[in-house]
Amino acid sequence: MPLSSRHLLGLNGVPREDIELILDTAITFREVLDRPIKKVPTLQGKTIVNLFYENSTRTRISFELAQKRLSADTVNFSTSTSSTKKGETFKDTVRNIEAMKLDMIVVRHESAGVPLYLTKISNANIINAGDGLHEHPTQALLDMYSIKERLGKIEGLKVCIVGDVAHSRVALSNIFGLKTMGAQVSVCGPATMMPLGIEKLGVKVYHDINKAIAENDVLNVLRIQLERNAGSTIPSTREYHNYYGITAERIANYNKEIVILHPGPINRGVEITSEVADGPYQVILDQVTNGVAIRMAVLYLLGTMH
Amino acid sequence: MQIVLKNVLLINPDQKLNSKSSLLIEDGIIKKIGELEEKEIENCEVINCEGKIAAPGLFDMHVHLREPGREDEETIETGSNAAAAGGFTGIACMPNTSPDIDSAETVRFIIEKSKNHLVDVYPVGAATLGRKGEALAPINELVEAGIVAVSDDGVAIKNAAILRSVLEYCGMFDLPVIDHCEDPTLANGAMNGGLNSTLLGLHGIPTIAEDLIVMRDIMMAEFTGSRVHIAHISSAKSVEMVREAKKKGIKVTAEVAPHHFTFIDDQIKSYDTNYKMNPPLRTKTDLDEIIRGLKDGTIDCIASDHAPHSIEEKEMEFIYAPNGILGLETQLGIALSELVHKKVLTLEQLIEKLSINPRKILNLPVPKFEVGEAANLTIIDPDLVWTVDHSQFKSKSKNSPYDKRLLTGKSVAVINGKKIYMNGKFNNI
Repeated sequence: MPLSSRHLLGLNGVPREDIELILDTAITFREVLDRPIKKVPTLQGKTIVNLFYENSTRTRISFELAQKRLSADTVNFSTSTSSTKKGETFKDTVRNIEAMKLDMIVVRHESAGVPLYLTKISNANIINAGDGLHEHPTQALLDMYSIKERLGKIEGLKVCIVGDVAHSRVALSNIFGLKTMGAQVSVCGPATMMPLGIEKLGVKVYHDINKAIAENDVLNVLRIQLERNAGSTIPSTREYHNYYGITAERIANYNKEIVILHPGPINRGVEITSEVADGPYQVILDQVTNGVAIRMAVLYLLGTMH
Repeated sequence: MQIVLKNVLLINPDQKLNSKSSLLIEDGIIKKIGELEEKEIENCEVINCEGKIAAPGLFDMHVHLREPGREDEETIETGSNAAAAGGFTGIACMPNTSPDIDSAETVRFIIEKSKNHLVDVYPVGAATLGRKGEALAPINELVEAGIVAVSDDGVAIKNAAILRSVLEYCGMFDLPVIDHCEDPTLANGAMNGGLNSTLLGLHGIPTIAEDLIVMRDIMMAEFTGSRVHIAHISSAKSVEMVREAKKKGIKVTAEVAPHHFTFIDDQIKSYDTNYKMNPPLRTKTDLDEIIRGLKDGTIDCIASDHAPHSIEEKEMEFIYAPNGILGLETQLGIALSELVHKKVLTLEQLIEKLSINPRKILNLPVPKFEVGEAANLTIIDPDLVWTVDHSQFKSKSKNSPYDKRLLTGKSVAVINGKKIYMNGKFNNI
């Protein structure tokens, strides 16, 4: 059964069957990544453009690796090398790239809504690699994959997203995806980091990290962006760490297994200590490997739909 | 030349007039009102107005003409053409041009450029130099040159001290101070702040940004005794505050733009930049309170906030696209469809909000249906069903969310003195 849409713009409204199909398909590709020859011919002849209007290292590399391992032809376009600085409009840039005949576009942009806009001006399959504060669906999918890999299921689990939820596209995609998959989702952080109306999404809000640790099976710890937050949403990273940082002591207070995710890059000593980031409960590097498998699954499922 | 409006329903609430009659206009002056004999009209151009209304010429007190500065988007002429096509005989143009309307020279330039047009154009001066909120604009000079109000349009008057000065100074001329009410420190966003901005991943501008400045302005109007006019009111709480202030006798008036009683922020789900404006589309709660405010008179007038933008500028990533949409050519149709046909307002009330009140706020005379008066009127077919087609706009720009929308009610002609606009053409009469 194919996916219900030929684009992956976000997880809001994506049916459970689609998410399950992507997660199941990724299992196969995850296994490919452990082979000596990590390449399959699935997308041979397909051309994919990675259109990155915002700095990104890991997401772009992850997509690029996924594309190469599926034998697709890939081109990277990023702002530093683009013509946007010369005054060309986004639409003209896309039309130009489109004229070079391509099949899929992976896009990251600082404005929410750009992936949806692309579906209107291009015939390619569009994959959102992060748009503004909106969604980052492949990150949430790899998070869910990693949770499932560790705990065997998603349904019924209690997952808490910790940190600057208001400025996180990772948080929003996780909330949509996890709820669709039957998890109970909560968020934890200071009130200044909680988005307007979040409780209307059926998401519990914690301001006490200890309570969040006590009551959840999984913590997805978001990166604190030093340049954005200090002084405006939190007094200092030190105060944040003291009240919301994930430390081994905090976890040790509760005699339980807990799974720690982090989308990276980590600010060690701010949102998470090294002891936890390298400790037994984290799946942070698994997330990175799984990210390639998830992106292979998404590219494969969309790229072979026609 | 003589022109006859035959069997027209004359409505002018300011004259307590609502009756069917015929009107004879000669050389731009109303010559006769009432039954006309055959021989009186044999040499006249007769417009059969059966089923149509004549109202005192409609007036839009919030229009951006873009000239001087951005003539690629709109000029005084094309904006005036759009006004005539939309049923307006008068408009007030806002000062956020380039240069700003903060010198008598620029006021005179606009008046000079618009003087031969059917549509009367009244400049609104900047309240402060460069609309920067630092030093008073030469308001006395601007008044002498012909402004009808001041505003730092696009932004709120910067701080309480300069607002106080502006109000005190303008009080000497009974000049209204129009304020774009928004606290800039809370306004760093691309849409209304709320659940939808969270869901759509866009920074939000919460209604508190508007409410705080509305509260400030009302209190300062009370303190100084001068007049404040709240531009494009959009939040429920602001409407409530204006209502309470009016009850206390504070000199505050308010306008609303058609999109704020037509749309809510659900529209942003399409990320269509034609729904991006400032103040942003709000929620159902806000819209409902605006409707109540229109009904009970808290909101004095409807004004388009006509804001032309080029396609290149508007067709951009949502967070980069400029705010604002066209309004002149759709405003009457929207107001009739959404307010009169839905029984929110009577035709009389609509005419008050689209013609009489804005003129009174700006100290302009209200046209009358009286023998000897200059003809200044709009002929409206309230039941004409039409589809908005932005390719037919007289405006130089196309940025309208109403394109392809079916509307009921339209202006069929406007007459101002010796000029008429009908069937897409201007003629002298």
